This record gives sequence, structure tokens and C-alpha cells, in this order.
Amino acid sequence: MGIKGKIYGINGPVVTIKGNPGYKMNEMVYVGERRLVGEVIGLAREETTIQVYEETSGLRPGEPVEGVGSAISVTLAPGILSNIFDGIERPLEVIARQSGVFIPTGAQADALDRERLWETHITVQPGDQVAAGSVIAQVPETKSITHRVMLPLGVSGEVIRVQPDGEYTIEQELVAVRTGDGREISLSMTQKWPIRIPRPVMKRFPADRPLITGQRILDTLFPIAKGGTAALPGGFGTGKTMTQHQLAKWCDADIIIYIGCGERGNEMTNVLEEFGELKDPKSGNLLMDRTTLIANTSNMPVAAREASIYTGITLAEYYRDMGYHVAIMADSTSRWAEALRELSGRLEEMPAEEGFPAYLASRLSAFYERAGYVQNLNGSEGSVTIIGAVSPQGGDFSEPVTQNTKRFARCFLALDKSLAYARHYPAINWLTSYSEYMGDLAAWYGENVGSDFVPCRNRILNILTTENRLNEIVKLIGSDVLPDDQKLVLETARVIRLGFLQQNAFHAEDTYVPMEKQLKMMQVILHLYDRCRALVDMSLPMALLRENDIFEKIIAIKYDVANQELQRFDEYNGMIEEFYQHLIATEA
Amino acid sequence: MAIEYLGLSEINGPMIVVEGVEGAFYDEIVEFSVGKQAAPGTPDAGSCAGAEQKKLGRIVEISGDKAVIQVFESTAEMSLLNTRTRLTGHPMEIGLSEDILGRTLSGLGRPIDGLGPVRAEVYRDVNGQPMNPCTREYPRNYIRTGISAIDGLTTLIRGQKLPIFSGNGLPHDELAAQIVEQASLGEDSADGGAGEFAIVFAAMGVKYDVAEYFRRTFEECGASSHVAMFLNLSNDPVVERLITPKVALTAAEYLAFEKNMHILVILTDMTSFAEAMREVSSLKGEIPSRKGYPGYLYSELAALYERAGIVKGAEGSVTQIPILTMPNDDITHPIPDLTGYITEGQIVLERSLHQKTVYPPINVLPSLSRLMKDGIGAQYTREDHQDVANQLFSSYARVGEARDLASVIGEDELSPIDKKYLEFGLAFEQQFVGQGRNENRSIEETLKTGWKLLRILPKEELDRIDTKILEKYWERG
Repeated sequence: MGIKGKIYGINGPVVTIKGNPGYKMNEMVYVGERRLVGEVIGLAREETTIQVYEETSGLRPGEPVEGVGSAISVTLAPGILSNIFDGIERPLEVIARQSGVFIPTGAQADALDRERLWETHITVQPGDQVAAGSVIAQVPETKSITHRVMLPLGVSGEVIRVQPDGEYTIEQELVAVRTGDGREISLSMTQKWPIRIPRPVMKRFPADRPLITGQRILDTLFPIAKGGTAALPGGFGTGKTMTQHQLAKWCDADIIIYIGCGERGNEMTNVLEEFGELKDPKSGNLLMDRTTLIANTSNMPVAAREASIYTGITLAEYYRDMGYHVAIMADSTSRWAEALRELSGRLEEMPAEEGFPAYLASRLSAFYERAGYVQNLNGSEGSVTIIGAVSPQGGDFSEPVTQNTKRFARCFLALDKSLAYARHYPAINWLTSYSEYMGDLAAWYGENVGSDFVPCRNRILNILTTENRLNEIVKLIGSDVLPDDQKLVLETARVIRLGFLQQNAFHAEDTYVPMEKQLKMMQVILHLYDRCRALVDMSLPMALLRENDIFEKIIAIKYDVANQELQRFDEYNGMIEEFYQHLIATEA
Repeated sequence: MAIEYLGLSEINGPMIVVEGVEGAFYDEIVEFSVGKQAAPGTPDAGSCAGAEQKKLGRIVEISGDKAVIQVFESTAEMSLLNTRTRLTGHPMEIGLSEDILGRTLSGLGRPIDGLGPVRAEVYRDVNGQPMNPCTREYPRNYIRTGISAIDGLTTLIRGQKLPIFSGNGLPHDELAAQIVEQASLGEDSADGGAGEFAIVFAAMGVKYDVAEYFRRTFEECGASSHVAMFLNLSNDPVVERLITPKVALTAAEYLAFEKNMHILVILTDMTSFAEAMREVSSLKGEIPSRKGYPGYLYSELAALYERAGIVKGAEGSVTQIPILTMPNDDITHPIPDLTGYITEGQIVLERSLHQKTVYPPINVLPSLSRLMKDGIGAQYTREDHQDVANQLFSSYARVGEARDLASVIGEDELSPIDKKYLEFGLAFEQQFVGQGRNENRSIEETLKTGWKLLRILPKEELDRIDTKILEKYWERG
């Protein structure tokens, strides 16, 4: 039994105890008769401060507080995937079966099903030497993912007893180990890990492999590395959630942890429904088979919202340790920062910028630093990629959360209101976004996609930047007076914007585009540009070039050429040649 | 066992401190009995004389035996000596039954129409509980409002929360009233448009005239028997204002999920609600965050807005249309800003359109309905709906650019295509966005108007419409 105390004061999610019953910092406690989950966040001789992860309505002074003796932790075992949890790993489906439509306070449920039998294959034999992280068993958790049961941290020694392959629950003994000092330890599939502490790794690798997303503007212009970090800021209605959904659906990570942190309930329901129907293009299995949802919607208790980010990343690290590539979608980190602010206000801490606590920056950096491409303790390689949405107040990127995130995330995908208003999706602004990974990934692209990939990409970006400069002039004097070579730049930029950057998430072909097609699209656009440039240099007017519908045809490639029929790009190159030769023959 | 505590330790505006309290719980409702105070010369002096006044309050902070209580009504007449405090033993509750429809109640849910008490079948905690995302049903059926700018471009979906962002002096009340009058469940929707709307109307700090306008409108369109009105007017206590929307939404949830009705909730004005929160928070001495609003403004707003939705196993739905007036027409002000992050889109009214006498003055560019994409199309409205909407948005965005250019170099200097866009822009505002206060357009009419306007532009400018749909509808609309 843990240490007991008595409630003295209650203010929203913050509960205080008179005196110091001897709790540890960050220890998990049960608060009140209804045993609400809480965490010790402040210790002083006169007063202990606890943040409660549930609605505190109904608590009375004098009700008991009971410590569990360890920090707030998540349960790690098969059953995490294709599940939906709240911010402190309570299974929402089980709670729905227990109590219906609404989530009552003090709902008690085991994080993972303790009854369910898992088909287990034991991978060690008596006499084997094992250490922390060693894989001792394999369980097919879903159709897509094999769960590798690992030795918990701090355990090593010799295997002395092994159960035969068969069906086991997550709590039954699979293997027993005798440690160096002669103790015998019985191991099941289950282990626990405190959410605020990163799981250890052997070493970190540089981020030199891209996370392929099938979204043209990301893969080509602003790539994210596996094990990298990306921030996705945007005002409301700019498509943060939509972009996160697209990434969760199509990116080539093995496992997706989707954290709905302080967002809309209907959106989580949408993800649940959609991912339960959509198929993963690589494996052909349901997307939900590789996904875990953490839903702490905006009306659920604020303290659990703060914890949900850590719960998510701990689950991600656990699967990384098995040797998987995991991507985390955190939607949105601003809500998490606001939860920090709200709690900080309740604790009457001195506020820094915009009322956020002064430790905002260090908390953010600690979170983003848990991403990485690593070698695990058991020698396997895995990665955790973090893609965090940011909801800046008033859409203004100079606010503290965006600015601090910018310092720690290496890829910045700025969503733009005016693009969203014109329904240009994804509304990622190509002038203000950047990716620091381009340099690291150039070698990979050169080897795996094509040697001219990076040069093509740079030319495309160059045309877009030039367009921006020219637009300044157009705004003042109109486009008619520009020389023809500049008009050509504007026309090509239009082709790039409509035909390449805009991508329709609801179109069967366009929603995901393989790298080869992305490269070919760039090549064909640049080919058109070069040919037109030659014509313009021969003093053919742009107006004449524009009479041909070749520009519209190139724009429509994204819809007209299916992802499997890449040979059809030759037709388009042929069309451009024909257009070129025809104009030369008739006009020059 | 009703223990009464005599006397108070402190009164500060609506906040009261009582010491020596035992067994009180956080969020508990307390009742005050305020003794008769000789107050000669006040208008109430005659009628109230001799009677004890009852007031309600809520415990907002406890430390040890000291409770901080927020009083819902005015604290006038209360003194440190003349007040007795009684713990009620339950959180804020409201008694509910279907009889609540057709009634007018105060912001606390007490009848103020002189028709006696509302029969209570059940008592519900007004704070509600968060809906489990697993038991939500994703909203898909659209609501036809008969207003082109909404039906065509920011379609309202059953179970959605779609606020109207307005400014002082703009016709948001007329628009909300028109939506209420004309709202019908799309006949061609999945369940054949079965069922009718009932309306829950919550006024928070609005002027008497506004509340009266809505009451009259409901009466004129024959809906009064389907309306429950919760009124907290601008001269009613601010603390009551904080509880009004919760009371109203509790009633809405009850009617929707237990009585299987489709409920349209109008909340007006969310700005007053947020202002009230700021006022009370500063009285409590809390640390302010943005513009003096408390750090929990987002959580509080979310706790209201998230109570919209549809749940599995119930036929009814709660659809919310909150109205908020943007201070100084500034959409980046914390109230509209945080609202936009929670709600599923927004309908933005624009002063310059109002000045051009366009009604409803909806600026479609910043307006958005997030649930629209799943509630329209061949199954629900018409196959070309999404494409037409995208094209109208994109072309109208282009109109803005052309207008900017025209203001620099003059309209005459514009290229022919830019001139076309100016023509399109004007026609779009007049004919598509603009319509009569009582004009009820069908989806067909709305889409036909859309196509008619798009035909002003050359066909090759329509880059958002699928080639097949363009061929099919270009001629006939």
C-alpha cells in the first residue's frame, strides 16, 4: 500500500495536501474516494501539490490521497495497436462499453486487455544470455505488425526457464531469467515505463533517410527525415489536421501514433472510421492495423491533455525499440502548451511571454529531442519522427509556441491563410517553409530516385521564388508590360502551382504520388519550360505560346496519368516536342 | 442534514468567502438566505419586506475549511452578518422534461414566463461530461438553410458546431433567425429528412431588444412551441452568464439523446460569455494570459462547443450555431481565434459587404465548413457540389487580386481576363451571396446560380472542376 494523505485544498485540476506525507516528485497518486488519477508536481514542507487528470468536481477536503510509489507510467504489451486511448492510456472503447456515451469521472479500466490470449512464439532457449532490450518472444499483434517482446530495462542474465510456444495473456510468464546476482525473475509480455523519461538507446544516427509521404510539396521541396522533427503551424482552417491525416495515411513509417491533443471529438471519430476502412498501400492491410490513437479532445480534462503528448511518445519509443520506424502526429502542440499555461496559472507561477510559463521552451525541446534515428539496445535500428501541428494564436507566427518550436524542429511547414482561402491545398507556403534536411537527404535522393532529382527540385524552387519577385512588379503595373521571358516564368510557375504543388487529397490517384512520378512530373514541367524558353529567345511572343493547350495538359497530368502508368510521360514529352517543332515550322 | 453557516468572511463583487465549512465539495451548489435588510427608498422595499431572499452560488475553490463561492445573482443586500449559507449536496442541476419546450427560463433555468415551474422528469448536472470519441457518430447529413452562401459553400451538417463571426451592427441576428426559420433536414439525405427541429436558444448578456427579436421571430414562424429560451440579459448578473450556456446545452443534450429530437442550439453572444469569464477571473485574482482572459478560456469554450454532435444509439442530434461579435471586427482577437480552433468552421460576416447592402453579408473566403466535404456530393446533394464550391472559392479569391490591381492601375488598364473577374466578383456578391431575408433557395437553385456565374468566366479558367463534370454541367448548369 502506498503512502496516504488527505486533501486540503481544491482549485480546478490542482489539489493540495497539507504537509508532506512523503510522496516522490512525479509520483502517481489516486485522489479521493473515486480514485481519480493524479500526479505529484510540487513538494514543500508545508504543502504537497497534485495535478489531477480528471474533472475534480465533487471532491471534498479530507478525502484520501493514495500514492502508488512510482511515477505515472504506461503499460507496454501487445494490444496497443489499433486501439484508442485517452491521455493517460485508458482504453476509450472499454470505457464506452462500461459507461456509455459520456466519459464519467473516475472511470477505471485496464489499459490493455488482460484476458485476451495472444499467439506467442518464444525466441530464446534456456542457457541464452539476455540483456535489457533483448527480444524474448514474438507476437503477431496485428496483420501488419509483429510485436517483439523485449527484456525490460535493468534485467539481464541467463534464461533458465522457457514456456512452449502457444497462446498466452499479457500477464502470464513466458520466460524466467536468473540475474548476475542470483535472483530469479519471471517475465511476461507486460512492462511499464514512466512517460516523462525517454527510453534509452545505444546511439543515434544522423538523419539521412527521408520519410516518404507521397505528398509532392513535402517529398520534393521540404522533405522530412526519418527520425526528424517537423512543425506544421497554421491558423484555423488552413488544413493542419487534413495534412496530418494525409501523412498518417500515406507516409512510409511502420507505425503511426496519432495524438489528438485538445482537438475536436468529431475529428477523432473521423480518423477512427476512416482508418478502420482504408488500406495501407504497402501491406494491403487496414491502416488501423498500424495505428494507435490517443484522443484527449478539447473538453476532456486539461491535465490529461498535458500528459497525452508524453504518453504518445513513450508508446512510439517502445515500438522503435523493436526496430520499427514510428511517426508521431501531434495535433496540436499548442493545446499542450496551453495546458501547461493553464496549470501554471493555477499554481500561481510567474508567467513569462503571453502568460506561458518560462519553462515552455525547455519542455518543447525535451519533447522534440525524443525523436531520432537510433540503434536500439538490442542492436536493431528504428526511428521516431515527430510531426507537430502548431495552432498559433491569431495565425501569427511570432507567438511563443511557434517561435520556440521553430528552434527545435528542423523542418518548418508554414500553412498559409491566403492559400487556404483560395482553396489551394495543401496550403503550405513555399516561400516561408524550409527543411534543414535537404542537405542530409540529397545523397539518398541521388541514389534512390535519380541523379537529377535535387537539381530539378532546386530549379522548381527557383522558378517559384522568381515568380514571387515578379509578382511584386505585377502588382504595381500589371502583367501585360513584362518582357516575354518573365511572362514565361509566371506561366511556368502557374503550371507548377496548379499541376505540382496543389494536390487533391480526395482524388484516388492524386492523394498519394510515388517518388518516380514526382520526379517525372518535375522533368516534364522543366522540359516544357526549356522548350518555351528557346521559343521566346527566338522572339516568339508568349501570347502565341499560350494559345496552345499544352500548359493545361501538363497541369492535368496529376489526374490524367495514373501512378502505375509512368511510361505515359513519354507521350507528354512527345507532345512538347511536337508543340515546339510546330511553332518553329510555322512561325520562326 | 442541512447545516447552515451563519455569516460570511468576505464579499468581493460576486465572490464570497465562508469559513468553518465542513464537508463541502468542489463545484457544489450552495444556497444563501439573505435576511431582511431595512432599505427604505429602494423600489423593492415594499414587496420584499419581511421575506428572506434566496440566492445560489457555486464553490470554486476550497482550502481546508475555507470555501470561495461564486454567487450567481447580485450580492447587493448581502452583509457579512445577515447571510446564512446552506450546502445543497449536489452540483448545479436542472430539472428536465419535454415540457421545457415552449418555455422561457432565466439563465439559471428557472421559469420567468409566469407559467409556473417546469415538470422535472430527471435532474441533470449542467457541467455535462465529455463525449467519448468512440461513441460519436461522424456527422454526415446536411441541413438545408435555404441560404446560398451557406448551403453552397459552407454547408451546415447535422451535429456540427458552426459559429457566426460577426461585428456590432451587422445583421447576425437576422441571419440566425433566418436559419432557424428555414432550416430543414435535406429531404434527400440518408434518412429521408425524417424528424423536425426543436430549438434551444441561449442568450448571454444580450440586449433586451435582441432577445425580444428572437422571441417574436419564433412566434411568427410558428416555432414557439418548439423553442426553449434561456435568457440572461445584459443587465443580469455576470456569474449567471457563465452558467447559462451550460444549462441550455444540458437541456439540448437531454432532448437530443434521450428524446431523440434534432436540436438546433443558438448561443448568443459568446463574446459576452468570455467577457464575463474575464471579469470573474480577475475578481478571483487569477493570473491573466492573453488580453486579460484567463488561461482556461480555451478549455471553457471547448467544454461548450464540444457538446455538439451525434452519438451512436440515439436518433437525435445537437447542432450549434454560436454567434459572436468580434471586438473591433478583429478575427485574431482571442475569442474568435480560440473559437475557430474548436468549432468545425465559421461563417464570417463582413462590414464592407454590409455597406454594399448585400444581405447576408457573408465573406465566403474566410468562411469554412469542415464537415462539408463528407456531407455533400452525389449521395447527399449533387455530384458537382464540391467542384462548384471549390471553383467559386478559387475564382472569388482571384477577384480580390484583380480588385487590388485595379485600385493601383485603374480598371481600364486591366487585362480582359481581369475585367471578366471583376464582373464575376460583382455578380457573385449580388446574386449568389446576396438574397432576400425571406428567400428560401433549394440546393438546385443554389448550384444553378453558381454555374450561371461561372459562365461569366472563360471555360479554361475553371481549373478546379473535373473535366467530366464540366462537360456535363457547363451548358445547362
